Amino acid sequence: MKLILKVWRQKNSSDKGRIETYPMENVSEHMSFLEMMDVLNEQLISQGTDPIAFDHDCREGICGMCSMYINGEAHGPDRGITTCQLHMRKFNDGDTIYVEPFRAKGFPVIKDLTVDRSAFDRIQHAGGFISVNTSGNTQDANAIPIPKDDADKAFDAATCIGCGACVASCKNASAMLFVSAKVSQFSLLPQGKVEAKRRVLNMVEQMDKEGFGNCTNTGACEVECPKGISLENIARMNREYLKASVASE
Amino acid sequence: MLKSSIAKKVAMSLSAFFLMFFLLQHLAINLTSVFSADTFNELSHFMGTNALVQYVLQPVLLFGVVFHFIMGFVLEIRNKSARDVRYVKNNGSANSTWMSRNMIWSGLVILAFMFLHFVDFWIPEINTKFIQGDWSGVIAGEEGYRYFTELQHKFVSPIRVGVYCLAFVFLALHLLHGFNSAFQSVGANNKYTKGLKKFGVAYAILVPLGFIIIALFHHFNH
Ligand code: HEM
Ligand code: SF4
Ligand code: FES
Repeated sequence: MKLILKVWRQKNSSDKGRIETYPMENVSEHMSFLEMMDVLNEQLISQGTDPIAFDHDCREGICGMCSMYINGEAHGPDRGITTCQLHMRKFNDGDTIYVEPFRAKGFPVIKDLTVDRSAFDRIQHAGGFISVNTSGNTQDANAIPIPKDDADKAFDAATCIGCGACVASCKNASAMLFVSAKVSQFSLLPQGKVEAKRRVLNMVEQMDKEGFGNCTNTGACEVECPKGISLENIARMNREYLKASVASE
Repeated sequence: MLKSSIAKKVAMSLSAFFLMFFLLQHLAINLTSVFSADTFNELSHFMGTNALVQYVLQPVLLFGVVFHFIMGFVLEIRNKSARDVRYVKNNGSANSTWMSRNMIWSGLVILAFMFLHFVDFWIPEINTKFIQGDWSGVIAGEEGYRYFTELQHKFVSPIRVGVYCLAFVFLALHLLHGFNSAFQSVGANNKYTKGLKKFGVAYAILVPLGFIIIALFHHFNH
């Protein structure tokens, strides 16, 4: 099929950037979106132009690196997938497709479609962990009884791959879905209870410092999240935060 | 206080709960004007002269309203600045409702309406009672309390009635998202949420509709 791509090009973080138009022919509908981008880059290289920089790694929906905003949606029009899992059969012959980087003050553009998501790492460092004694007499995690319901919910929260689609989709560039998934994953389990208060206070503080917006509960994040992380997690984080604020000295 | 994003959201939600409760009470009193001028007069006189209502609840209400829209602006400014470069193409309707994305606009329409409402009802009341010192609730030479007659006068102009109705449509839009959003903000998302959503839709439509019906009723019956 024939496509017209309108891709955001930006040399570096200080460049203003602009949309460039690239017509493409003979795009196979079996290609993934990233494969289509590879083909486009081959074309650009053979024409002597700078290829389009974009993030990717696993290409099977588990690393969360591929971060494109396609036709006004994070990871494109399909649901429950990342960009590497998006296929060209979702588009029609003759379509014009806009490809932009994820946009948020907390995710500055590095080059073209690549953005710096290290803000998520710093939020994780602020509290997304548990401390266990590994001196040799560590308790076997399987020996700790956990209600099935809690284990399931914690597991669901833990499937978050930190892709940032929630931030990209949110009209407020809020990171609350991501942070709430990380908070929930631990707070639901006995191992996470010890540091629960400190964790939620510190992670939210870091989230605010990174310049992400507030939540208006539009639910856009939940719809666009490739892992189906639920808004229930944000409610849980708000509860945890309230509890921790009231109880902290 | 209220430094963090979540603290702000919770405060926003609490002020919104308070406003939604106030709205119910306001509607209940207004509804009596449709059925009985006397009941409406009695209730209005009570609310207008009771010390607890005038000196405690009224300031609390004013604070609640001002707090809600100031916090609305604070959140909006922070949220806008969290995305310094906008998307060239953004498809918001693919993942969220118009209402949820435009709370600031429906809120601003309500704010404009409240300005009109204050000029219409509240400022004359304050003038009569606090400046002229007349707490009698009657107009010299006329029979009975003045409240019902004053209400009727306000709804004579079709333009004013039209503006009132339009404002309440925006209140409905604000509440269609706001009602359940307020619960989510305080962390209430559980097995009752599904049922509560339906209740929220009913509240968001019926309460503004009630005010619209009252305005239309008095417009056509005076
Ligand atoms: C009687 C009048 C009003 C009622 C009953 C009301 C109700 C609500 C409710 C229930 C919410 C959801 C709260 C939450 O998500 O936690 C809300 C949010 C909001 N309201 Fe109002 N509201 C009223 C007037 C106003 C006015 C005058 C403004 C002025 C701008 C305003 C601006 C906002 C904004 C911007 C939000 C969204 C905040 C956010 O989550 O980002 N509202 N309102
Ligand atoms: S919550 Fe979903 S959208 Fe957000 S970072 Fe995690 S996986 Fe990505
Ligand atoms: S490249 Fe790893 S999720 Fe897409």
